[in-house]
Amino acid sequence: MKCQKCNKSATFHITDLTGDGVLALHLCSDCAKHYLQPETESIEAPEITGVLSQQLKLEQTAEDLQTLDARECPICGISFYEFRQAGRLGCPHDYVFFGDELEPLLVSVHGSNEHTGKHPVRGAYDAQSQTELIRLRSEMKQAVSREDYEKAQSIRDQIRAIEGHRRQSPNEPS
Amino acid sequence: MHIDDLASRSGEWLRGVGPQSDIVMSSRIRLARNLADFPFIRRCNDIDRANIDSTVRERLSKDEILKDLTFIDVATLANLDRQFLVERQLISREHANSDGARAVAIDGEEQCSLMVNEEDHLRIQVMKSGFDLDGAWDHINDLDDRIESQLTYAFHEKMGYLTACPTNVGTGMRVSVLVHLPALVITNQIERVFRSLQKINLAVRGLYGEGTQAMGDFYQISNQITLGKSEKDLINQVGEVVPVVIDYERKARKFLIEEDQNELFDQVSRAYGMLQTARRISSEETMYLLSRVRMGINLGLIGDLQIPKINELFIQTQPAHLQKIRQAPLSTDERNVERANFLHQHLKVSDN
Repeated sequence: MKCQKCNKSATFHITDLTGDGVLALHLCSDCAKHYLQPETESIEAPEITGVLSQQLKLEQTAEDLQTLDARECPICGISFYEFRQAGRLGCPHDYVFFGDELEPLLVSVHGSNEHTGKHPVRGAYDAQSQTELIRLRSEMKQAVSREDYEKAQSIRDQIRAIEGHRRQSPNEPS
Repeated sequence: MHIDDLASRSGEWLRGVGPQSDIVMSSRIRLARNLADFPFIRRCNDIDRANIDSTVRERLSKDEILKDLTFIDVATLANLDRQFLVERQLISREHANSDGARAVAIDGEEQCSLMVNEEDHLRIQVMKSGFDLDGAWDHINDLDDRIESQLTYAFHEKMGYLTACPTNVGTGMRVSVLVHLPALVITNQIERVFRSLQKINLAVRGLYGEGTQAMGDFYQISNQITLGKSEKDLINQVGEVVPVVIDYERKARKFLIEEDQNELFDQVSRAYGMLQTARRISSEETMYLLSRVRMGINLGLIGDLQIPKINELFIQTQPAHLQKIRQAPLSTDERNVERANFLHQHLKVSDN
């Protein structure tokens, strides 16, 4: 038997009770699927940017949001506005710098804001020297772009000093 | 190892062995990691990206296991080769299509792949054939420890491993199991299964990840959240639900046989016949028909074909694979003809 809606073979034989009486249908699997479930819900997870904008709408006044949007991470320079547009952060320090805003977001996405899994074997990271390197590299970029090579060179020396120090430390095998 | 050498093999996830391999194709775990002393990818310029790339290569070469990985420079790779790696699930579509210095390191068995400069600095992935999440975890946990002994990860005491997107923070882990569910599709129960999985915070995606259609009745079941639960808990969450889905699929297959075995036999045989005799065939139709044949083999309706062979055909008839095997760039129409030729050769009618 052929499907009543297309020409494939009918594998579904449906008897539907409608307002006008009994409706007998002979359909292939594709058409039957369509007939039985005309609306298929989206199975994708909500986008992070959507969750964030909804949360901000509920909690912030327009002026507050404007001030918040203008805040920039001192390490990588990303603004809160840029983060909420793209849904991606700029550097590890953003988790601390935008911590108050991120906390409710983490709770609504994960149902928690506390990591309970694996830790790096070598223990907690030394936040200061890590972010220092990111900051110095970005300062160096700025110095180069305004052609202040003297400044850029002095920053590069500082970076090398930190990197050199870390190479020798037992935590950082070279 | 050269990329072209991979084309004639099927890779770990299609080997067709391992626990429950009639329904579970593969088990995969990935970890998102970032280096502590670089900005996330979004704020990296070309120099940062090149620095990350060379730092990772240099440091990993000091580990006795990691040094054997083959690094492939994705940035300078031809489009076709990138597409080829996507089809083999060794890199993501995003990694293939983005810009700037980026690489992937893979092992000879294609169980492990390490993407450098994807959305995060590092995306570590391990795949095992069949339903073997514990095996995948033991393997990736060891790789992660080895990498961590060479590089300092961005890690926060309270928030865990820090990632570019807050949806991955904490464990940075995605556990996913690739299942073949043709009977649930035929009996129209698949949407219901999805909805119940979503209710317990699990995601269902198509074969090639986010936003792709479920081609060939393949679905990936994976965890949605990454923070607040341990790695073991997240693995168990997926690990406990997969047997339930397997059981549904088996019941649906049994139902199809009991309801009308001849009808099912007819469908499976027709699919087999189409694959053997078509002269021009699209990738989608091939996947659809191979899916039916695969189920037919598992139900004993087709006797002269083995699962690993079918799994191989799934990958080798993909657009980039076909072109690599034929060693020529082909238009869509030419591919459809070549695909039919390829299937014809590999599924020769035995009793004529």
